[in-house]
Amino acid sequence: MKFVAGLLIGILTYVGAASAAGDVCAVASHLVHAEAALPHVAKSIASAKTLNVVVMGTTSSTLPGPNGQALAYPARLEAALQKRLPGVTVRVISLAKPRQTAHEMAETFPTVLKELQPALVIWQTGTADAMRGIGAESFQGTLEGAVDKLKESGADVIFMNMQYSPRTDAVISTATYADAIRWVALGHGVNVFDRYGIMRQWSELGTFDLLAATKSLDTAAQVHDCLGRLLADLVIEAASTDPEKKEVTKQ
Amino acid sequence: MPPAVAPAGRDLRLDLFRGLALWLIFVDHIPQNIVNWLTIRNYGFSDAAEIFVFISGYTAAFVYGRAMRERGFVVASARILKRVWTVYVAHVFIFVIFMAQIAYVTASQDNPLYSEEMRAFDFLQQPGVALLEALILKFQPNFMDVLPLYIVLLLALPLVLLVMLRVPTVALLLSAALYAATQYFNWNLPAYPTGTWFFNPLAWQLIFVFGAWCAVGGSEVVGKAVQSRVALAIAIGFLALAFLIVLTWYFPRYTSLIPKRVQDWMYPIDKNNMDLLRFLHFIALAIVTVHFVPIDWPGLKSRWLRPMILCGQHSLEIFCLGILLSFVGHFVTTEISRSVGIQILISVLGITVMVAVAWLITWYNSIEGRGSGSRPKADLAGGEA
Repeated sequence: MKFVAGLLIGILTYVGAASAAGDVCAVASHLVHAEAALPHVAKSIASAKTLNVVVMGTTSSTLPGPNGQALAYPARLEAALQKRLPGVTVRVISLAKPRQTAHEMAETFPTVLKELQPALVIWQTGTADAMRGIGAESFQGTLEGAVDKLKESGADVIFMNMQYSPRTDAVISTATYADAIRWVALGHGVNVFDRYGIMRQWSELGTFDLLAATKSLDTAAQVHDCLGRLLADLVIEAASTDPEKKEVTKQ
Repeated sequence: MPPAVAPAGRDLRLDLFRGLALWLIFVDHIPQNIVNWLTIRNYGFSDAAEIFVFISGYTAAFVYGRAMRERGFVVASARILKRVWTVYVAHVFIFVIFMAQIAYVTASQDNPLYSEEMRAFDFLQQPGVALLEALILKFQPNFMDVLPLYIVLLLALPLVLLVMLRVPTVALLLSAALYAATQYFNWNLPAYPTGTWFFNPLAWQLIFVFGAWCAVGGSEVVGKAVQSRVALAIAIGFLALAFLIVLTWYFPRYTSLIPKRVQDWMYPIDKNNMDLLRFLHFIALAIVTVHFVPIDWPGLKSRWLRPMILCGQHSLEIFCLGILLSFVGHFVTTEISRSVGIQILISVLGITVMVAVAWLITWYNSIEGRGSGSRPKADLAGGEA
């Protein structure tokens, strides 16, 4: 029995170590994979030894309270990236603001690019547009226009879709916006961080009880920590993807 | 379905497939339901909505078209407006129940993860405004968007029939022109608090009018062509292609197999404005269905399909019931248990309740002397939502 238990623990530790995101979050790590390279990120890491990341998003990219900023996924992403990239100065700046539509965020991009010089923009969007009734087609048009401009101006993009939120499904219909994000991503060679799928996986497996009625930040902080670490996995994987090779396999 | 040439008798296929659509709509309206994977929307472009609207157009034209021929424009219009009123009352009734459920959910739940999403319930802070906007059909909560579409389509039906009964092809062409203009100019009706209708009536009218056109004789015009082997082969090919394309949505790795130019042209496949690909996909489905399920198909009399037919025969009642049941199902699957077993159980139970109620209505009508034998017209009209 002891031997079996030891073996089990050994296997579990090995599996845990194998996933950079760590044990709790790992049940969703198969949902994180790079579909496109991040040439600007790779270049910035290799030549400048710095990595500036900007998070554009809405309230779901933040957590409330005095520690909210340190606990939310942008800060967790910074910590995770810093750990994975020793010798590189990593900065993740969150520009998340409530109720911003994709269009409103896109309008700020020129200034953001100029002032912060990010090599990567994490663009969390869709929820505000769905709630404010922006047409899915115009939403998609905004993404298409902005993505190409960002890439030309020297920043890679990763889309982040909505949170898994079954309770509000009865009032907000986000599926068409999630589809729009996916289609733009496919058409323009952009990675999607499937926050919806990941959170759904956690909820279904009981990793986190996402729907508990609570004022406590405990679970929310763990969720954001996992999101930050999985996001770091995606950035590292995509940045080490050879863009040439990716193109060849895509043909 | 196009070659459904049976002006005299009742085409049970209409009831059968409308019953199927009602079941699918119920199952699809419970988000996160594993049974969703069985429904047709995962295997092609179109879904139960197209089936439902097409058959509604078909039966509405069949019933009220006859009334218009026999009793004139005024009588037929009066009947249609009475029907509109029934549908409207049903919609408002569902809305009240929806509000009650939402009020419960928001009062009892709070979580820092979802402070953004919970703002979607802000309309509850002004329930009076929300109610008013719902009464004028501008406020359409998620999944409560089909009946408003149906109300608008029925409101236009007297005029549509007026043209349709004289020159069917012109009516269909006018409908197609409106559809095209809607796509081109981005017309839609406004919604509350912002945005536009989920089911754009100006676009979705095409499939409704197409159904009506088939009912008043269009199916005889295209019947031969539709039943040909060539049409069948093209339809099957199209369905297979659509299936492969839809597969890439679930396995994004294979997306690159679709040429970029095709993707640019094809996406997005818009449900709000009923993308042409959805319409074509429905037609292909109809051609294949009509081929394998002819009007005298013995299976239509089988007791196994009877539950589905029963539901299709009382579609407005069963549709509303399905919406209410899906609210309950959504509530149970999010608040009580998220297990797969519960999702399957809820789906099966819901459909059982729908069948039981459909059976009850049939039984009640029969004891009240409103059976299909004595008043075939009323019975058909009763089942045409």
